[in-house]
Amino acid sequence: MSPAEHALKYPEIWRRFSPRQTLIRYAWYVGAVFVVAWSLHNLDLPWQYFADAHEQALDLLVRMVPPDWDILEEVVAIMLETINIATLGTAITVVIAFPIAFLAARNTTFNTTTWAIARFILVASRSINTVVWGLLFVAIFGPGPVAGIWAIAFRSIGFLGKLVAEAIEEIDEGTVEAIEATGASRLQVLWIGILPQVLPVIYGTTVYRWDINIRESTVLGFVGAGGIGILLYSTMNLFRWEQVSVLLVSIFAVVVVSEFVSAAVRQRIT
Amino acid sequence: MTAPAETESARRLEWHTLKLIENPVTRYGLMAGVLIYLFWALGSLDVDWNRVSQGVVRTGNMFDRMFPPDFSRSELLIREVVVSVQMALAASFFGMILAVPIGLCAAVNLVPRPVYLVARAIIILSRTFHEIIWAIFFVKIVGFGPLAGVLTLTIASVSFISKMLAEDVENMPPEQLEAVRATGASFPKLLIYCISPQALPRYLGVSIYRLDANIRHSTVVGIVGAGGIGQVLAATFSRYDYDFSLAILLTIIALVFLGEIFSNWARGKLR
Repeated sequence: MSPAEHALKYPEIWRRFSPRQTLIRYAWYVGAVFVVAWSLHNLDLPWQYFADAHEQALDLLVRMVPPDWDILEEVVAIMLETINIATLGTAITVVIAFPIAFLAARNTTFNTTTWAIARFILVASRSINTVVWGLLFVAIFGPGPVAGIWAIAFRSIGFLGKLVAEAIEEIDEGTVEAIEATGASRLQVLWIGILPQVLPVIYGTTVYRWDINIRESTVLGFVGAGGIGILLYSTMNLFRWEQVSVLLVSIFAVVVVSEFVSAAVRQRIT
Repeated sequence: MTAPAETESARRLEWHTLKLIENPVTRYGLMAGVLIYLFWALGSLDVDWNRVSQGVVRTGNMFDRMFPPDFSRSELLIREVVVSVQMALAASFFGMILAVPIGLCAAVNLVPRPVYLVARAIIILSRTFHEIIWAIFFVKIVGFGPLAGVLTLTIASVSFISKMLAEDVENMPPEQLEAVRATGASFPKLLIYCISPQALPRYLGVSIYRLDANIRHSTVVGIVGAGGIGQVLAATFSRYDYDFSLAILLTIIALVFLGEIFSNWARGKLR
């Protein structure tokens, strides 16, 4: 190796990436910036509204104090309804998502068709936001908590189903084979070989989703599907900001507590 | 050996599947508690059962009206879907940039305690409220349209990405930090030579994941007037224009599916 070649192969200054890698990386960065620039250009955002945005925001904050604690009783009642919507929705989800998860896992499904159908249900359920499901169920059941419960349930099926199906696909096949070798029926294999392995995942994911659902159920009221969102929307439209602050504080408290509970439960399970 | 001892040992030998909660009293007590709560919750709801019982008939009517999906207004559909995607892209970009300072300030091993607490407070506050609540506020502040949507999604992205970034930085082994500090490196140099090489791949991965999540959320913030396809969707529902609703829903499913494929592919490339 000539000194020149040697210098090229083992340069004095160490660089982590080769020039080619660096070039590709920068091409990605330029591409990303270009796409964002195109988006901003096409959106044509009215930036002049930013000029007084801080004043508007400050104005809102000033009008929020002092909070009007007189409505607290009403808030507590509707907050309970919100929590109940989230919990009942999650309970329905567990019942529906459970069989779908087994159909959506490659090792427990019947055939490719059932697998594809189950997968499609999971994707469709996850793609449509809880609030959009809310719109749909309000059209079916009329405004009220029943629409909210079904909206929560339909959005959560995809979430729970997907994670449980992944857990089923990752189980220890040795246990399953051992149970099969004893001459167990298909159902017994499911019940004794597979279910105990995924049960912690099912519990953990359910509690996790419940905590997300508490957060989601606070806004279902915006489309009329029950819960505290109805009150939040009406007080906002009536410019009763001193009541809005009470609602925000209570939402904050409930969401933080539910997150804490869910984290604690999941830590104990896993 | 006496008889009771025999049955005792037989019972111990009998095989049971492992239970998650060993104590049967706690186990069944918990189950009963959950069931009682669920029934109480169901009973406490203020439901107009008369109206709900019409649901089955209404579902039939709705499906009748939904099929076939009406793609004839595809021009409007495509325009608004593109607006949604653009909102998601712009918000992800702003979120990525703003998340760096906030995320670094929220890492307990990098900054002084007060800065850490302020950054964590920002993250918790923005995470707790649902995107739609933020969207309403921004609609009140900057008016209807995509600007409110971009701001909403930016807030959501900042809180998510900075939380992940902070956790990532906190989980870094302390040796490298110490080694680079021992050379007398200033804080910016510490960032460039120690933090960024370790955190960058995951940060980019999280950002791409967030882009995917933003595409999902960009389809709904419109329901409260923050721009994008959600606005059109809400309008079709209030006008009982269900065949167009179905067309929009199918487009959203396809869009989210594509976003997920892209996000998985790009994150796979990063690894």
